[in-house]
Amino acid sequence: MITLGWLYTLGGAMFAAYAVLSARDRLNPRRWGNAAFWGLLSLSFLGGHMLGDIGNGVLVLCLVGLAGFGAIGRGAPETTNDAEREAHSRRLGNRLFLPALIIPATAFFGTLAYNYTPFGQSGLFDPKWVTLILLGTGALAAVAVTMVWLKPPAIAPLQEGRRLIDSIGWAVVLPQMLAALGAVFALAGVGDIIGALAGHAIPEGNRFVAVAIYALGMALFTMIMGNAFAAFPVMAAAIGVPLLIKGYGGDAAVIGAVGMLAGFCGTLMTPMAANFNIVPAALLDLKDRNGVIKAQIGTALPLLACNLLLIYFLAFR
Amino acid sequence: MSYLPLLGILVVIVGFVLRFNPLLVVTVAAFVTGLAAGFDFAAVLAALGKAFNDNRFVTVVYVVLPVIGLLERFGLQQRARALISGVKGATTGRLLLLYLALRQGLSALGLTSVAGHPQTVRPLVAPMAEAAAERQGAGDEDTREEVKAYAAATDNVGLFFGEDIFIAIASILLIKGTFETYGIVLAPLQLSVWAIPTAILAFLIHGTRLLLLDRRLKARAAAGQGREP
Repeated sequence: MITLGWLYTLGGAMFAAYAVLSARDRLNPRRWGNAAFWGLLSLSFLGGHMLGDIGNGVLVLCLVGLAGFGAIGRGAPETTNDAEREAHSRRLGNRLFLPALIIPATAFFGTLAYNYTPFGQSGLFDPKWVTLILLGTGALAAVAVTMVWLKPPAIAPLQEGRRLIDSIGWAVVLPQMLAALGAVFALAGVGDIIGALAGHAIPEGNRFVAVAIYALGMALFTMIMGNAFAAFPVMAAAIGVPLLIKGYGGDAAVIGAVGMLAGFCGTLMTPMAANFNIVPAALLDLKDRNGVIKAQIGTALPLLACNLLLIYFLAFR
Repeated sequence: MSYLPLLGILVVIVGFVLRFNPLLVVTVAAFVTGLAAGFDFAAVLAALGKAFNDNRFVTVVYVVLPVIGLLERFGLQQRARALISGVKGATTGRLLLLYLALRQGLSALGLTSVAGHPQTVRPLVAPMAEAAAERQGAGDEDTREEVKAYAAATDNVGLFFGEDIFIAIASILLIKGTFETYGIVLAPLQLSVWAIPTAILAFLIHGTRLLLLDRRLKARAAAGQGREP
């Protein structure tokens, strides 16, 4: 069976190649920093399951040290310039989209086929990770097709991949680091403390205020944790279940579903949700690290107000 | 109950405001939180390492970068721009509105990894949105930044407020699991139908903002032309 481990091996091999290519990139004054960073990440993907918790912790500290003290630069892999790209684009026309569409098409049709045809009974993929595994498969297929069709130098996919990964830089591991911070918050009981504080803040007998603190608390706590999944159990325990459901007799399905979505409004407004807000800013070469968040606040705030009212009116019909 | 572990949150906020390297801020915050709660250094280090290792699936999506870079080498972004410049009536707002509908629809079917920032926004959606803005006559540096940011934002909004309509998504299962510990038993479908009103509102609110963006671009283009000799 193809599992997530297969995808980790692929990722580990890719980061290992970036490490080697970085070390040989004399145009990057910080080439050893880059080589060490991608090399450690490669180790994590290939052998993370064998390092043990402390071993992985030390690996994390090394990554943070390299990034935090400016040891990482941006490589200068050989690629085409704008004029060449314009010429290629004109020569190749819209056929150029086809390899790009292989990835989403593989993920889309593959997932449908796996879920709704006998192909799913083959047990080829780990059912929990079907789409992600298909995404990796599609990426490999798209590289193969492009190599056969356009015949670039054999090293080109790895050099181009390195160009993009270097443009994201250390932010590549920020989402994983924030997830790790969330785990330490959970260990230290930060959620329980915040839940208790939120519980104290509610005056008795005012249903609207209770709903408001539940919805706004979901958004605010999500902003702190960077993840609505961490906020939900806390706010459910502090307000959702004891007050809104058991106290005022609200509809649990509405309180759960819309409460979670109020949290998602918080996700749109925080740098802690790095994979949605910070990494794309790097990936799109935005000058303002918070540019994506700024574009989202105008949607998130009115939608948060809507969610608050939805809970108030729909949960207590 | 001791409030000391909340110091970690303070570290995060101050660190982000003072613009220290976020990896450094997060690591310091983790140790402050853990030590304040009475754990020793090794315990916090182990918790960090374990969670980092368990969450590798977040980062593995970058296996798509080599092919995206390869296609950029052959002018994929230029092609995406050329395609949009040829479509009559294509504007940044309308293009992103279409992408919003597509992303929300696919996510509602549980197909969340089909699109995303590395696989669709960088190679296709962002260059197309930029080209549309240029067609509208607004191609200056600030506009390009804003348009790219909106492209990324539209992907997020579509994903967040589409995925909860799908019954087997992690957040629905988390709600179900949490409530079950209090003896409240819900079917996933009961939860996912209540994600629909918010999904519709998200589409209306963000969609309106996209069309307002079009208006701003138009005004900017008109002002820009006025300045020309």
